[in-house]
Amino acid sequence: MSLKSSANSIYNQYNEWWESSALRRQVKIFRPDYKFIRKSEESELMVENLNVHIKNNHILKDINLSIPDKKITCIIGPSGCGKSTLLKTFNRLIDSVEGVKLDGKVLIDGEDIIHSGQEITELRRKMGLISQRPCPLPMSIFENIAYGCRIHGIRNRRKLNMIVQHYLKSSGLWEEVKDRLRSPAARLSIGQQQRLCLARSLAVEPQFILADEATSALDPISSKIIEDLFVKLKANYSIIMVTHTLHQALRIADYVVFMYLGEIIEAGDAQQIFNNPQHELTKKYLSGAFS
Amino acid sequence: MRINFRTLCDKGAGGMMFILLILSVVLLIAMGIGLWFKAAPVLEGRMLKDLLFSANWKPLKGEFGFLPFVMGTLWITGIAIILALPISLLAATFLTEYARPVIKKYVFPALDILAALPSVIYGVWGTLIIVPWISEELALLFVEYSTGYSALASGIVLGVMILPLLVSLFIELFSAVPNDLREASLGLGATKWQTTHRVVLRKTIPGMIAAVVLAISRAFGETIAVLMVCGNLAQVPNSMFDAVYPIPALIANNYGEMLSLPLYEAALMFAALILFVVVLLFNLASRMVLYRIEKKSN
Repeated sequence: MSLKSSANSIYNQYNEWWESSALRRQVKIFRPDYKFIRKSEESELMVENLNVHIKNNHILKDINLSIPDKKITCIIGPSGCGKSTLLKTFNRLIDSVEGVKLDGKVLIDGEDIIHSGQEITELRRKMGLISQRPCPLPMSIFENIAYGCRIHGIRNRRKLNMIVQHYLKSSGLWEEVKDRLRSPAARLSIGQQQRLCLARSLAVEPQFILADEATSALDPISSKIIEDLFVKLKANYSIIMVTHTLHQALRIADYVVFMYLGEIIEAGDAQQIFNNPQHELTKKYLSGAFS
Repeated sequence: MRINFRTLCDKGAGGMMFILLILSVVLLIAMGIGLWFKAAPVLEGRMLKDLLFSANWKPLKGEFGFLPFVMGTLWITGIAIILALPISLLAATFLTEYARPVIKKYVFPALDILAALPSVIYGVWGTLIIVPWISEELALLFVEYSTGYSALASGIVLGVMILPLLVSLFIELFSAVPNDLREASLGLGATKWQTTHRVVLRKTIPGMIAAVVLAISRAFGETIAVLMVCGNLAQVPNSMFDAVYPIPALIANNYGEMLSLPLYEAALMFAALILFVVVLLFNLASRMVLYRIEKKSN
């Protein structure tokens, strides 16, 4: 026990040294201050003439889009219309698909993420991804949240504790898991797992949240919780979500993008799209003529 | 009542498979018992401790100490695993996580061929290439003289033999890790290497233990290739440049040759029993470790 505590104190001393050392200031890696107050900076995402080909298939055709700041943007459309591909282009996870070719521009805060040669890890930190199926990493609940911070270089235990607690609270999971932070994340229910994934994404301080049908694998109550969270979170983050359920878009969307066969048919305020769609295809889709 | 033919077939097939399963388990038990009875004469009037931990191997005088053979087996298996494990782990990681599909397409068949080569070819390769290299170059850096027929040569040959087995098992394991997990980690801004060693490798630890156990079990029993390069001297090796005499080589070299000696056959059977028990215990132990890990992570 004493050995452990002395090891801990050495570790803490090392951390303090590191935090104050000149080396730390020279090595410019991501170490946010974690004051838990997001700067209310404008974050903008613009897409200009984006074309995506995968092995001779033209998946996305001439996408032009501007995502409004601090709003919930829902991308709707039938299966296979390229919604998820668009989302994965935003954080360049599309790169791991074999034979993919990107043309055009995706501007995040004015910087083209496709051609600028920006650190891809930094881009992905900015774009928090929540996938369709919750995917906890093979470690404890605590470590799942701390993982993102650790890979970006935060080692201080006290800081990590603080971060984990804060983001578990902001995803409404803290009360349910505070007594078993060290147990494997796989033991949580599927709805809890999804909230864990949300907390994990938030813990690296993203600007955007990309949700790829984040509620489709969940029961109605869990999806309601996630939806409510999104509504709460839009004060601080721009949320882009792909959804299959029109009702969901109706409930929470501020801005709607309707896609069909790789093209954007219509985009605009949720009120306008749902009440007064301009395009024939949008009308048909909203009326349930196809899905 | 009409007998339903399909149901009958179903039951029949189930029963058949059960009987075959029982047969294979019975075979294992029968082998153990058979070896025990055959080895019994050498155990009479001797302590088990003396047999296992004495280095006196003088069959003509009726002294049977198995320590040289046990140590020989452990040495070469150890060297083989130490050589093969890091290489195979990195190779498999590269192939599943980093390599372009084209590379995978050409490397997989090559590995399969390597795994399918008859072991005597490895033995010849060891005798012609590894043994002279050790004797003329490597050993001179460390010891005064070595014939090259040594623990190291056997370890290298054995390592190369289990390498393709390990690589293909590891590739199986890593490919089974769902892509969502990788994307979850990459999506947080992790690099490929961080994702690989913190998520993929971590997820597959139980599988990797099982794979290594399989490889070690194979290495314990490998006979021909090792026998050709190990030197076949009944001594406890002091360094890896000394000749060794692993248990499988002992049995293969002597069975049917000097059986006129009293108790010699029983001694060889005892050697086989040691091998049998070691592999059995080893597998059991790994099962227990795996069970523990799985229980902990679920």
